[in-house]
Amino acid sequence: MQDIILVQNLNHTYGEKPALKDFSLSVATGELHGLIGPDSAGKTTLMRILCGLLPIQTGEGEVLGLNLKTDYKAIRAQLGYMPQRFSLYQDLSVQENLMFFARLFSVPASERDKRMPELYAFSRLDAFKTRKAGALSGGMKQKLALSCALIHRPELLILDEPTYGVDPVSRQEFWQMLKSIQKEGTSILVSTPYMEEAELCDKVSLMLNGNLMASDTPSDIISKWDKSVYRLSADNLKEMENKLCSFEGIDSCQLFGHELHLVMDKTTAEDTVKALQSKFVHTGFTLEKVKPGMEDIYLSYMQSSAIEEQFDA
Amino acid sequence: MLKETNHIFRDPRTLLIVFLMPIIQLVIFGYAMNMEIKQIKLAVYDYSQSTLSKELIKNFSSTETFEVTYPKTSESNLNKLFLSRKYSAALLIPHNFEQDLVRDKHSQVQLIIDASDPNAATLIKNYCTAVVGIFNQIEKISPIDIRTNILYNPDMKSAYFFVPGLIAMILVMISALLTSIAITREKELGTMEQILVSPIRSHEIVIGKVLPYIILALMDALFILVIGMTLFGVPFNGSFIVFLAFTLLYILTALSLGLLISTVAPSQQVAMMMAITITMLPTIMLSGFIFPIASMPKSLQLITYIVPAKYYLQIIRGIMLKGNNFSQLLQPMLALIVMTAAMLSLAVKRFSLRLK
Repeated sequence: MQDIILVQNLNHTYGEKPALKDFSLSVATGELHGLIGPDSAGKTTLMRILCGLLPIQTGEGEVLGLNLKTDYKAIRAQLGYMPQRFSLYQDLSVQENLMFFARLFSVPASERDKRMPELYAFSRLDAFKTRKAGALSGGMKQKLALSCALIHRPELLILDEPTYGVDPVSRQEFWQMLKSIQKEGTSILVSTPYMEEAELCDKVSLMLNGNLMASDTPSDIISKWDKSVYRLSADNLKEMENKLCSFEGIDSCQLFGHELHLVMDKTTAEDTVKALQSKFVHTGFTLEKVKPGMEDIYLSYMQSSAIEEQFDA
Repeated sequence: MLKETNHIFRDPRTLLIVFLMPIIQLVIFGYAMNMEIKQIKLAVYDYSQSTLSKELIKNFSSTETFEVTYPKTSESNLNKLFLSRKYSAALLIPHNFEQDLVRDKHSQVQLIIDASDPNAATLIKNYCTAVVGIFNQIEKISPIDIRTNILYNPDMKSAYFFVPGLIAMILVMISALLTSIAITREKELGTMEQILVSPIRSHEIVIGKVLPYIILALMDALFILVIGMTLFGVPFNGSFIVFLAFTLLYILTALSLGLLISTVAPSQQVAMMMAITITMLPTIMLSGFIFPIASMPKSLQLITYIVPAKYYLQIIRGIMLKGNNFSQLLQPMLALIVMTAAMLSLAVKRFSLRLK
């Protein structure tokens, strides 16, 4: 399958501060692709470059088979983009906003009149047609923004943290909407800070400090990971955390509610566990191997990069 | 673009300001800051008591401007009278006034003016010289040294001056201020980012944003004009078409200024401050609206060349008071066109389809 997004060796800096470092990524047509990363990982910068909002500083890029450097205007016409901040007109009504975006993309009136009821039904905003966008709830605002981005039936949707700060129910609804958009044949690139949403994507790319850490299907990312995760529960969890973090063979440990996740190399994991059990034999704790989740992988990447940075400094 | 019009009507406060501002300003400038003075209290000491002196006094008292009285106290108490604000001017006619006039065809009268308000004093002086001048003419005697000639506004009605000035000021404010705010608002709210990811071209955005404001500004100009004509009796001698054409040109100049500001300013506040400093102050101070350009220091006079309101004032005063036509206003028109073209091309160049 042809790639709908293909960027190679992108570098982008804001003044001195690097936002993307030698970044390469490909997204296949028809894919629902998730960009996962914390704030300042470079997600927004990447998306803005893909929309032609920021010029490419160094590197190459193609979107929809068109060159980002020369054809960014043509790309924009076939793209649906939803910025991170709610950026519709708050003083215009739901209907007026949709009409405006239809005009913006020169959607013919007949097509628009067919499309709008579809979008209303889809987003369930029908009842709020005349309400001003500023008076909608957070979840509804995002649904409206998505509808506006879909008015011209784009081939590619780029969504920058669309579910950020939205309540869990609306978030779930929003993802269902994305799934059905994908079924209609639209490719989607979506960024999110929520790990549990990563597992809803066909493929995810983990981003950190402008680098791509991994890009694969969620299950492959987990199965190909070269670490094992053990879950530890104990009464004196805080104390254990301090002791274990510096324990030989343990890459990182993360507090997850009332348990501690210990990350260690697959090859040496069993030895480490044995050493652990013999050393802390007198403290009551239970240790069991668990299937790593996206969050484990992600946090482990973050921790090791933080250590690297300390080295650099 | 339709959307921008919607925005304007969605924001009734701005709309109210747009139409209320001219009314308030007209009232302030028209009544409070009245430049003409009526019923100047003039104390007259006629030591001559002759036919001619009485004739001169009659010239003063027959105007609306002067209220002539003969104080009972002697001339030496004049200072007290001034201090108590009973009089703002005094006319002293010497004993030998008539003889001198008849014999030497020349005489002198003394005029004492309370100059605690210098503007008023200048006006009073001008009025007096005018009255004396008329007197001289009628009596066909002796040329008198000072002869002020006030053209086009013989009564020196300040409304004639401030109504055009006000149109100039309000137009530049609305056009530059509102457009720059409208565009920076989109930047600030992030909506510009959203709009940019579409097939739209930069000139389409600019025209769409600006067009409703052109209409709004034109309506406002007519609004001020109508109030000025009905409330203050400002004459309109020229052609209405010429007025509209030049007003449109001036609005374009102001709009390009607003666009230029919006490409530089990162936020609405900055845009507002910039627009006010760049438009209001020079328009009030340096356009000849209130202070004559000829009386400014040379360096400031140079600055006035880049104040659009200066040219517009020449144009609009020319049209309204003198009935000028196109060909007589070619020079200020060219100046405005050059300015518009320069600012507009710079603004379009700076207005990029990308984020900074």
